[in-house]
Amino acid sequence: MRTLALFALVAALILGTGVLQSWNSALIILNMGLVSAIMALGVNLQWGLAGLFNVGVMGFVALGGLAVVLTSVTPVPEAWAAGGWRVLGAIAFALAAIAGAVFAWKTLPRKTRGWAVAAIAVVGFFLYRAILDPAVSAIESVDPAATGFLGGLGLPVLLAWPVGGLLAAGVAWVIGKTALGLRSDYLAIATLGIAEIIIALLKNEDWLTRGVKNVIGLPRPVPYEIDLQNDAGFVETAAGIGLDPTTASTIYVKLGYSVLFAVVLVVLLVLAQLALNSPWGRMMRAVRDNEEAAEAMGKDVTARHLQIFILGSALCGIAGAMMTTLDGQLTPSSYQPLRYTFLIWVMVIVGGSGNNLGAVLGGFLIWFLWVQVEPMGQWLMGVITAGMADGSALKAHLLGSVQHMRLLTMGVILLLVLRFAPRGLLPER
Amino acid sequence: MDFLNALVALANFVFIPAIAYGSQLALGALGVTLIYGILRFSNFAHGDTMAIGTMFTILVTWGLQALGVSFGPLPTALLAIPFGIVLTSLLVLGTDRLVYRFYREQKAKPVILVIVSMGVMFIYNGLTRLIIGPGDQNFADGERFLISARDFKTMTGLDEGLALKSTQAITVVVAILVVALLFWFLNHTRTGKSMRAYSDNEDLALLSGINPERVVMVTWIIVAALAVVAGTLYGLDKSFKPFTYFQILLPIFASAIVGGLGSPLGAIAGGFIIAFSEVGITYAWKKVLTYMLPESLEPSGLVQLLSTDYKFAVSFVILIIVLLFRPTGLFKGKSV
Repeated sequence: MRTLALFALVAALILGTGVLQSWNSALIILNMGLVSAIMALGVNLQWGLAGLFNVGVMGFVALGGLAVVLTSVTPVPEAWAAGGWRVLGAIAFALAAIAGAVFAWKTLPRKTRGWAVAAIAVVGFFLYRAILDPAVSAIESVDPAATGFLGGLGLPVLLAWPVGGLLAAGVAWVIGKTALGLRSDYLAIATLGIAEIIIALLKNEDWLTRGVKNVIGLPRPVPYEIDLQNDAGFVETAAGIGLDPTTASTIYVKLGYSVLFAVVLVVLLVLAQLALNSPWGRMMRAVRDNEEAAEAMGKDVTARHLQIFILGSALCGIAGAMMTTLDGQLTPSSYQPLRYTFLIWVMVIVGGSGNNLGAVLGGFLIWFLWVQVEPMGQWLMGVITAGMADGSALKAHLLGSVQHMRLLTMGVILLLVLRFAPRGLLPER
Repeated sequence: MDFLNALVALANFVFIPAIAYGSQLALGALGVTLIYGILRFSNFAHGDTMAIGTMFTILVTWGLQALGVSFGPLPTALLAIPFGIVLTSLLVLGTDRLVYRFYREQKAKPVILVIVSMGVMFIYNGLTRLIIGPGDQNFADGERFLISARDFKTMTGLDEGLALKSTQAITVVVAILVVALLFWFLNHTRTGKSMRAYSDNEDLALLSGINPERVVMVTWIIVAALAVVAGTLYGLDKSFKPFTYFQILLPIFASAIVGGLGSPLGAIAGGFIIAFSEVGITYAWKKVLTYMLPESLEPSGLVQLLSTDYKFAVSFVILIIVLLFRPTGLFKGKSV
């Protein structure tokens, strides 16, 4: 009942935007709301179901974006010829060196193993750089204004979504292996760090992602507006329902995304619900509520944590790939931790941790607020400053800083929910 | 001569910047570690506490400058720091009263407090941006250099210059004073001792009649002071930008964990370890090596292990290594 009412409220908010502002902005909110809901679902899996504290959501989202580039962009044959295979060789060498270091750590006697691992790491690093660097500069000098990177595989862009999930899962496995089983805050700080590093990689490894030059014009799973506007049949249908071709085409494209995203969300939500109510879900909650007891019952707590950490991160990766597809471009500098990590956390906490529907609700609601707080703040500041003299510095400053109201509002919402409704809008059953 | 040149280049580009940066990190990490020891949670709002505290200092500095007050060759901001500390203390005490105390009384799990600190982080961050804006603010005045590179060259006749910015010298001096004061307080005053007792064993401390609310209050004031000093020094040395203060959270946490969470000495050691590794690994060693090695071995590249954009990766890797091999940190911190 409560669930229905709250979802109806969110629907009313989005429809209200459509009526009062424009259907285009309503659909923009809806589409990012769908993506945010999937991210929230991922975090809820980790936090709500297993009590894992992941503050590296941004990194996994960015990996999803990287997956779109790697899968769907057409390959750049000149760059591959210039040094593509050498880069792959360097990466293979690095992996071999790491494997060698792990092997040495496990087999050598205690006394010498530290030195051996350090030696392998240092020598390996320099050799890796020696192999990698010439290849990188060769690739980056291939027509740097247009390409200067290896490109992707040229596969359909929808394939990038599961690939994004896999990429995020792989990185999550590495982090989980090192940081799980330690104190909970350590995982938080480790994930915070890895997210920063992933963003640094995307910004600086031009041969992979073009760095801050951005990859634009990513392939789309829906038609282009301009093609629709030139399609006589489409223009006619649009005119039939009384819309001009431009508006009709933009709405059509956004609706296309909405349908695709909604399908993904529903599938993931059903899977998450099934998982929650399965014996596996009960076990996860048992582990969350009392690790010692679960361990005494013969459950491998660390392995279960690793499992769910990977699953949740994979969801964030899928959502990240979807978001980059929606944007049509990968802009590494647009990833901000407050927006992509901590805002998702607000969604989960406000929605109700442990409740999948709650996470989805939180995703929509908080995203709606995040977008709409700015016009509201503008209005509020307008009221506050109405009495002030025009041109006063304070008035200009207040009106100019409206955009920062968002962070403040989110913080206040988070604290209020934590204090007065710590289980969220839709509490766990 | 070449050897001296190499030494000077090393001091100029690695040693001095790393010491200044290390002092700033150490002060920040001390704040994190104190919160962890006494209040028992990782304070994600610390970076933004530093930002908002620095903002107060900057505002007071501007006020003082407008009044025509100056500190001679030293930056006016040093005069403003006490005001910044008072304002920040009031802010964090208010936050504690309104936000954290409720969870302390509930005996909430530490991870809940971490999430709460995330909310506080949002609010502080929003306030900072609302009041001073997200852009760069430069508030350093007074002498820029203690020794400028050109003076050094003419003085010694070496090819390499050694520049010592006054902010770097001030950073180190102030950091030493603050740390000395903190350790004297923790080791020799009644309140300091009760803080350490509370950190070591809460129940025992309560039994012996220590007032927990008082300990918490003093902790917040000290943390506010440390945050303001660290933030202002960082801002003087580099520049003030709210987002960089959020990002500095990672090296600060890395310093505190590497040293051992809850251990003040460890936080200082951790700060310098992180700073020296960051600067050393992202510095292009070509210059130093060119002086040191015979001509035939001269390096062709920059000999930069990682580009400066990866400085976060350095703190992270050190953090991971320590977590893997010595989870309680170098100085045996807590592991709750």
